Amino acid sequence: MSIIISEDTKVIVQGITGHQGRQQTLAMKEFGTKIVGGVTPGREGEEVYGTPVFNTVRDAVLKTGANSSIVFVPAPYARDAVLEAIDAGIKTIVVITEHIPVRDTIEFIEYAKLKGARIIGPNCPGIASPGIAKIGIMSNSIFLKGNIGVVSRSGTLTYEIVNALSQSGIGQSTCIGIGGDPVVGTGFIDVLDLFERDDDTKAIVLIGEIGGIAEEDAAKFIDQHVSKPVFAYIAGRTAPQGKRMGHAGAIVARGKGTANSKIEALERAGAIVAKLPFEIPQLVKNYLKGVSAGNAVRMD
Amino acid sequence: MQIYIPLNLRIGGRVKLLEHQAKALLRSYGIPVPKGYVIRDAEELMETPMPAVVKAQVPVGGRGKAGAIKKVTNRDDAKKAIRQVLETNVNGYFPKEILVEECLNIAKEVYIGITIDRSVGLPTMLVSPDGGVDIEEVPEERIVKLIIHPFIGVQEYHVREILSFIKMPREISDLTGKIIKNLWNIFWSLDCELLEINPLVLTNNDDIVAVDAKMTINDDALYRHREFSELEEELTPLEKEARKNSLVLVQLDGNIAVIANGAGLTMATLDNLSFFGGKGGIFLDLGGTDDPKKVECAFELALQSRPRVVLINIFGGMTRCDSVASGIISVKNRLGLNIPIVIRLKGTNERLAQEMLKREGIFVLEDLDEACKIASKLGGY
Repeated sequence: MSIIISEDTKVIVQGITGHQGRQQTLAMKEFGTKIVGGVTPGREGEEVYGTPVFNTVRDAVLKTGANSSIVFVPAPYARDAVLEAIDAGIKTIVVITEHIPVRDTIEFIEYAKLKGARIIGPNCPGIASPGIAKIGIMSNSIFLKGNIGVVSRSGTLTYEIVNALSQSGIGQSTCIGIGGDPVVGTGFIDVLDLFERDDDTKAIVLIGEIGGIAEEDAAKFIDQHVSKPVFAYIAGRTAPQGKRMGHAGAIVARGKGTANSKIEALERAGAIVAKLPFEIPQLVKNYLKGVSAGNAVRMD
Repeated sequence: MQIYIPLNLRIGGRVKLLEHQAKALLRSYGIPVPKGYVIRDAEELMETPMPAVVKAQVPVGGRGKAGAIKKVTNRDDAKKAIRQVLETNVNGYFPKEILVEECLNIAKEVYIGITIDRSVGLPTMLVSPDGGVDIEEVPEERIVKLIIHPFIGVQEYHVREILSFIKMPREISDLTGKIIKNLWNIFWSLDCELLEINPLVLTNNDDIVAVDAKMTINDDALYRHREFSELEEELTPLEKEARKNSLVLVQLDGNIAVIANGAGLTMATLDNLSFFGGKGGIFLDLGGTDDPKKVECAFELALQSRPRVVLINIFGGMTRCDSVASGIISVKNRLGLNIPIVIRLKGTNERLAQEMLKREGIFVLEDLDEACKIASKLGGY
């Protein structure tokens, strides 16, 4: 099993005829994802790597039975595209687009809640379950099928850590980038909850960064509801106050959202926090070794 | 209405309005503000009823503590205060403008602010009967917190809850209610990240006036607000240059220029560097590009910060390592560069890239820790 996506995942690509839409459609197909259609208004009848293009999401859903979508639509039009997908009955919507106004994000996330749809992102690299499917832009070569669940606020840093895990022979059940914006549709807690219930996930890697209190909230949840071991890394220990470090949400404001506060909270909750990103594979390896040797590792 | 936002109002990617700009907007939405005007030096002082208040216009807090808000009782006093305030450093900002305002007699001060609560992902209104001080210093039990769902906005029952909490006199509760609703309308329709009136003053004559206001706009939404024109940013010249080329650069204290792809990876590289004693001089996020032109541009920007060492950390997923390498080599040769470059790259075409770079005498490593160690040493740490 995996979380959020499965063998039944059928994906449409919103914004399929753009540069990124095309490239990523091909990459997702190569990963094994069932890409059943694409949507670009006014381009119906075209094909992108064998995938039919439709004018509207409703049409695409009617003709293909899609249940998931990935959104590459530029920021000013993203809200409309996401709302369209929700109303067409799509249940999992991965929003890759960066720089969407917060107001738009709040509106489509709240609408999705009303209609029982899940939003991942915005400003995220998406989700991948090796051997099953990928709805996202993470490069295919970094993954290895296995039992570690990875959840992260960042993109490239996640690829690095996932790649390092794979090279150490540690595979992943599902990897999900929740996005670098201040407001996201699926948060750490949602994903931790899913990983906790997923039989194929034996341990969890959480990659956070400065800004907000999502990691602190996650720590509380880990303390109360997560029995599986959690390994964490927090980026931005050396980031200065008041400067936005690339991601819209990555800012230490009024002394809040510091790396230290997050690291402390996670450690208090029993998570093992790596000082350097590349310690993660070794930490996980040590844990797995301990388990296979029959030594239960106390995580609390 | 049109608000001209000058040079100094984008801080850390946020657009902050000056007090007088925020007040002009409030007034245009029917929220009363004190009578006043803006000047740039003491000679521009007009006929003004005394006493009055002169207030530095800076995009940061702490004006009161810095002595940049002064009450004046006569004209000479006012001119002297204006000159002093213009020379006052408020948390790194010298005011370019002064707001001269009428002095009000205060019967009651209230705090009202709206911001986006990241934990719940929704706008939140905070109201306290203890206005006039930093809301962070107000005890929690003196603050009422309302999460506002954008699909229903602020309703009558919200207003009743707030008014009963802050105990506004009945005579002016209608007006206060209107202000609360209007504040929400401004916040949502103008894509604010923060909108705060502190204090909202009830005068001895039962007038209600917004005496100070703070307003921050979500910069991702600026494209749809013609109210805010001629936008410029509070960034160092180098940071500005980077933004023009759609790169994110943040200047830091150290002497090692750090370039990586992805914000998270760049932050992690800086952290890693500091673990081995080195200090970053710039944070430069290359983003998801593999365009050698952009790499060249990033590299040139990095050099302008006059680093002792350049540390590059690339994880090539979408980014091809050889493209990055050819960009770096082209700049190096064009500028006849002689500062050390330490590169760690991994991913698509890494072998090819490594060979290209080694031929040019550049340190190429596969291990980030190793790269950080070497860069720190070369940086003199």
